[in-house]
Formats: sequence, structure tokens, C-alpha cells
Amino acid sequence: MTAPTVDTVVVEPETEQARVLARSWGPSVAFGVFGLVALVFFGILPPNGRETRFGLSTASDAFRFDPIGVPSKIAAIALAIVCLGIAVYAAVLTSRPRRVPLWLPITFGIAFVMSFLSWAVAGNTLSLPVVLKGTIALAVPYIFGALCGMLGERTGVINIAIDGQLLAGAFLSGVVASLASNLWIGLIAAPVAGVLVAWLLAVFSIKYVVNQIIVGVVLNVLVYGVTNFLYGRLLGPMKDTWNAPGKFAEYHVPLLSDIPVAGPVLFKQTVVVYLMYLAVVLVHIALFRTRWGLRVRAVGEHPEAADTAGIRVNVVRFRNVLLGGAVAGLGGAYFTLGSSGVFSKEMTAGAGFIALAAMIMGRWTPVGAVFAALLFGFADNLQSMLGIMRFGIPSELMQMAPYLLTIFAVAGLVGRIRPPASNGQPYIKS
Amino acid sequence: MTEQPPAQAEPTVGQRFVKELTTGNTALTFLSIVLALLIGAVLIVVSDPAVQEAGGYFFSRPVDLIAAIWESASSAYGAMFSGSVINFDAYTVGDALLPFGKTLTFATPLIGAGLAVALAFRAGLLNIGAQGQIIMGATCAGYVGFTYEMPAFFHVIVAIAAGFLGGAVWGGIAGFIKARTGAHEVIVTIMLNHIARLLLAYLLTIELFSRPGEALPRSPVVFESVQLWRPVAGSTVHIGLLFVLLAAGYSWWLLSRSTMGFRFRAVGHNPNAATTAGISVGRSYTAVMFIGGGMAGLAGAAHLLGTEHYLTDGIAGQLGFDAITVALLGRSSPVGTVAAGLLFGALRAGATTMAAQTQTPIDIVLVVQSLIVLFIAAPPLVRAVFRLKVRSTRAIAPEVGGRV
Repeated sequence: MTAPTVDTVVVEPETEQARVLARSWGPSVAFGVFGLVALVFFGILPPNGRETRFGLSTASDAFRFDPIGVPSKIAAIALAIVCLGIAVYAAVLTSRPRRVPLWLPITFGIAFVMSFLSWAVAGNTLSLPVVLKGTIALAVPYIFGALCGMLGERTGVINIAIDGQLLAGAFLSGVVASLASNLWIGLIAAPVAGVLVAWLLAVFSIKYVVNQIIVGVVLNVLVYGVTNFLYGRLLGPMKDTWNAPGKFAEYHVPLLSDIPVAGPVLFKQTVVVYLMYLAVVLVHIALFRTRWGLRVRAVGEHPEAADTAGIRVNVVRFRNVLLGGAVAGLGGAYFTLGSSGVFSKEMTAGAGFIALAAMIMGRWTPVGAVFAALLFGFADNLQSMLGIMRFGIPSELMQMAPYLLTIFAVAGLVGRIRPPASNGQPYIKS
Repeated sequence: MTEQPPAQAEPTVGQRFVKELTTGNTALTFLSIVLALLIGAVLIVVSDPAVQEAGGYFFSRPVDLIAAIWESASSAYGAMFSGSVINFDAYTVGDALLPFGKTLTFATPLIGAGLAVALAFRAGLLNIGAQGQIIMGATCAGYVGFTYEMPAFFHVIVAIAAGFLGGAVWGGIAGFIKARTGAHEVIVTIMLNHIARLLLAYLLTIELFSRPGEALPRSPVVFESVQLWRPVAGSTVHIGLLFVLLAAGYSWWLLSRSTMGFRFRAVGHNPNAATTAGISVGRSYTAVMFIGGGMAGLAGAAHLLGTEHYLTDGIAGQLGFDAITVALLGRSSPVGTVAAGLLFGALRAGATTMAAQTQTPIDIVLVVQSLIVLFIAAPPLVRAVFRLKVRSTRAIAPEVGGRV
């Protein structure tokens, strides 16, 4: 018997770390390609001498500013160079090799979008507060949904039923608010609806060990069916009783809402949006700064080890799925009580699936998901801004962007994205 | 130890049949359907204004409530039956059977798309993308149908082949991405669904796909030479049913008699073992998604050429998601998929009559459908409800994980 010596220890090339490092040239390359696209198509090719004006305030703001005009070509080129700089920095980090931090893609996204706008709005005025507010309005349900998905997937339970949970929240909050003639009671009912759907998901996927994705898909159909049915029976024919919830008024946060640009965008919103801010902060702190979060992540990454350490894996999973349901249900209230004031059939229009995409793009972190959701909201919002942008890309094709980006992301073209290790695996204690 | 253990008496065919009927999959499926219909009835009854009214004076005349409940549930389900199987009020036998023809029409695309999901299941993949594959199939078939003029027989073949290819390419993309990068097929197919939806919405805005001088987002009607033959006068049943049944037959042959199908199943059971045995997992993923996508494309083509005749942005309706429930109820076998497609086709056909006659919204179908699948997926639940010894002899989708 010989003792193992140092030179018999071989670094296995197939370890997880080696694989991650080997793959991580993706972001630098993708940043570089997109940066070049911005440089050529937004900066160099378009004609010279036009001006892009960004409006910074609306008539109702405390401080009003004149729109800022920038030369379109120079601004687009400058921002494209920022993009390329980020690509180079990412490449340097990768060659070290070090992880590309989260703020880098976020900064890149902002610079790329601004470069795009400098080109697309050339010769016109774009009101930034209006654009940003529209973007947030579309992103709110995505963010709630992404948080819901994250709470489940961090413990290893895939939640495809986010859309159903959002819709259930929208439905119940609208109906309860309408029957009680009280928006706040409706707002309390929203998470209850989400939890009900989540409870079904948890029971079937954790207790009866049915495939999580199948349960999720079927639950979506169930929620569409129930809400459509009740809409046809009650909400449609007896609109005044069942479907007249009204909506929350905007609450202007004193002082904060007077901050130029950011103030009106962020702090002249309804209570549902403020709850979203709160939810993002709470989930971020809870997941990454508390003992609870460590346990949750342990369950998601290595349930056997967590079990050995005395964590009751399936209890943690069950609770988290329910918690996620509450968050998504609350997000659903945004559709009825936050923005439209009435419930309509399948009004989530697949927002739960975009939320799923935002969660993946955000690498299962709240902050990342927020920016991914904002990016998706921005792409959706472009349709309404097309009036002032005379460029030849049809809105349907622009709207494909989030979905294409997500495919690129999961295919590893935009950096290596790794879900929690036990994602989708039922845990059966042996 | 040479002594043989006492040979157990082999159960006869009859005994096995009875056992299967009372405790096996058949019983489980049957009980799940009963349970789902019961819950559907509760929903119908509770939301019925007549019942609510009778409930208001329950203590003075309780019989009224019971009568109202019976009336509400029985009229709805009665209409559903007469709208999907046999209409006893009709004067001739042909008319009486017309509802069944409607069932077959609804079942046609469901069977095709169900096969798409079922085939992928067998290779361990969850094909959530039937919706997108149907859209692409219908779009390609439609394009061939309203753009080119050809002799009738030939035209149908070309259009159907175009539909198959459209769906196959759309499915194949997902399979290829999964094979090459390991990206989860569920995410990729969900995204491809949305991309297909937006692509069709875009196409309907351009000249190539719209009617001259019309702003509505709908395509020209396909030429008559390519509209699928309807053999029964007065009924909407079309020859597309034959195509999807052939597809089901091919799927059966593929899975149980061909080498490729053997590879699919091996990959589905255990990809690592399949790799060790020299099977290319990636190639199997791409192939099964290509063929499966083609089945969904065929369903889309048959639906368009047989029933709709022109493209709208809602051409696929809920078909892609119904397909998932069809494949699950059919336990991802081709024969089961055909049976499940017929059942859900009947639900759909019946629900349209029910909606017309009793003002019960058609969406009750979605509720019943999803509940059936949830129940067959969880035999312990059905056992607990009926206090019976039902067990599942074959999981609904064993290859994609999860016990049951």
C-alpha cells in the first residue's frame, strides 16, 4: 500500500468549477457583438447632424426642466464605446479568471438601450419619465412573478404556474374588492388566491411527487378555466356587483417624489408598486443575508446534505412554494387594482412566463430579476413609443426580443447560467 | 436449492381483465373523470343564479334548492352529452350522430398535437412547445394553401407536408438547442411558443399574408383544391382525421418496432446508460423533437385546411396546452393519446352545445380537463377519495421524472 502522493492528484478537467470557467467567455463575446452592433448601426451608419432630445419632466412635476438635446450620432457612438469598454473589462476579468459581477451586465444593458434610443428617437423628443414609467408599469407583474419563481426554485421546486398564480390574484382581488367595495380588502385577498394555487402545486409536486413542470402546466390551465368560467357566469353578466373594484390612486411620497426624473417615476405610484419595492428588498435580504436564506439555498443546491444537517427539506420546500404563491398573488392584484380597475379574461397574457424568463436572466437573484424584468418591460413598451420613432422594425419583432434573449441565455451564449442544482428533482427521503 | 417454489396459478385473461378494470389504470382513469366531472358540476351549480336564488329561501322550501341544483347540473351535462355523442332529439339516425362528427372534428388536431407531446415524453423531454409548432404548421400549410394553385390531390399533399415541416423545424430547433447546449427544453419551447405567436402576428400584417384591401389580421382563404375532403355531408368531419390516425399508427410503429424508437425510449429511461450503450443522446433529442414537432405541425395543418380555412392570430387557440393534457391522460402511448384526444374532443364539442343551450360558459372544459390530469397523476388522492384500491400500473409520464 502506498500513500497517495502529491503528484498522483490530478485536477479533473470535468469539475463543475472548470466547466464554469471554461464556458464563461460567453458574456465578453456577447457584450462585444452587441457593442459593435450599437457602434455600427446606431452610431456610424445613420446620417449626421440630427439631434435627440430627452424630456426630463412632465407638466405635473415639482421641478420642470427643458428637454436636453444631444447630437444623436455622437451620443450613440459614445454609449456604444461604453458598451465595448464593458466587453473588454469583462474579457479581462475572465482571463484572470474572475467572475463577472452582476452590475456589469446591468450597466451594459442601460448603455446599450440609451445608445439605441439616441438613434431611434433622432430628430424627436422622448420623454424619459413617460418611457420609464411605462416600462415599470409593464415590469411590475414580471418582478412579482420572478420573485415567486425564485422562492420556489431556490429550494428546488420549479414553478411553471406563476401565470396561474398571477391570474388567480388578479381575479380574487378584483372580485373581493368589488363585493366588499373596499380596495384594501381586495388587496388582502390577492395573496390568498396565489397561496391556494401554490398549495395545489406543493401538494401535488411535493406530497404526491408528480412532475413539477406537469403540475405547473396543468394548474395554469385550471386557473384559466376557473376564472374564465366564473367570468362568463358572474363577472361578465353582473358587472356592477362582481367586477367593479376600481383601482388605487397614485400615492405621491412626500419629498422623494420631487426628485428630478427618478422621483415621479419611482415615487408617484400605487401601493402595489411600493409593495413590490418592499418585496424585492425583503427577498434579497432574506435569501442572501439570513440564516433562513442559507437553509433555503442549501435545500436547493444539495437536499441530501441539508437533510443531514437537520433541515426538513420538504417542509422548507412546501413553505417556500406557498410564500412564492403569496408574492405572485399580490402581483396579480396589480392587474386589477393597480392598473386597469376591472378584471378581464386571461388578463395576465402570459406575464407569468416572461417572469420565468426574467428570473432566469436575472440568475435567480432578486436584483438581477428586477433589471431583466425592466428590460423586458422596456421591449414591450416600445410598441407604444413607436409613434415617435420612425424606424423600420415592426413592433411584433421587437417584442420577440425578451424571448430570443432568454433562449440565448439558457443556451449559454450570454454567459453560463446555472439553476439551483436540485431544481425539479423531488426529494424522497430514503 | 433445486426445489422449485410452488408455481403460482397464472391468472387467466379474464381474471386479469377484471383486475385491470377494477383496480388498474382503467379504473383510475374512470374515477378521475368522474371526480373531475363532479367538481365541474359543483362549479356549475354554485355559480348558477337560479340555484343562488333558491338557496336564498332554503329554510322555507328546501326542495326548491335541490330541484334547482339537479336542474342546473343535469341540463348542463345533458347538453354536453347530446352535443358530443348522440342527439336523441334528432329525427334521423344521421342527424342524431352529427354531434359525434363534431367530436371527431375537435379531436383531430388534439390527437396530432397530443402525439407531439407524447413522443417527446417517451424520450424524456417535456415538449411544452406544441402551441408554437401548431402555429408554424398552420402558417406553412396556409401559405402553400392560399398562394399556389395546384391540382387537388397534389396540393393537399404539398400543403400537409409543408405543415409537417414547419412544425418539425420549430420542434427540431428546441431539440437541437437542448442537444447542443443542455438548455432546458421547457424554457426553450415556452419561448419558442411566444416567438411563433408574434411571428404569425407579424406575418398577418404584411402583404403576402393578408387579403387585398382589408385591414383585419387574417389571411386569404385557402384554395378549394387544398381544403380537406369532408366525406359525410352536413358534418364537419374531414379527412385530416385519417392523417392524424396514420400519424398515431406511425408513432406506435416508431416507438415499439423501430430502432430509432428504441433509442428514444432508452434515452428516456436513462440517458447515461444510453450513452454507454453507444446511443447518441443529443441526436435522439433532436430527432424526437423534429418528428414530434412535425406531428403538431400536421395537427395545425389539418386544423387549418380542414376546419378554419384561413389564418388568424388565434389559429391555435388553446390546442397546444390541451395537447399536453391529452398526452398525459393517454399516458404518452399513441393508442392512449388517440383515446384521450377523442375524450377531450367530446368535451369540447359538448361544451359548445352546452354553452348555447344552458348559458354555461365553455371554459368549464378547461377545468374538467385539468382536474382529470391532476387526478390521474396522483392515484393516492383518488384512492383516498373513493376508499378504493386503485393503483397505477404505468406512470403518466415515467420518463420525465416524478414518481406516481
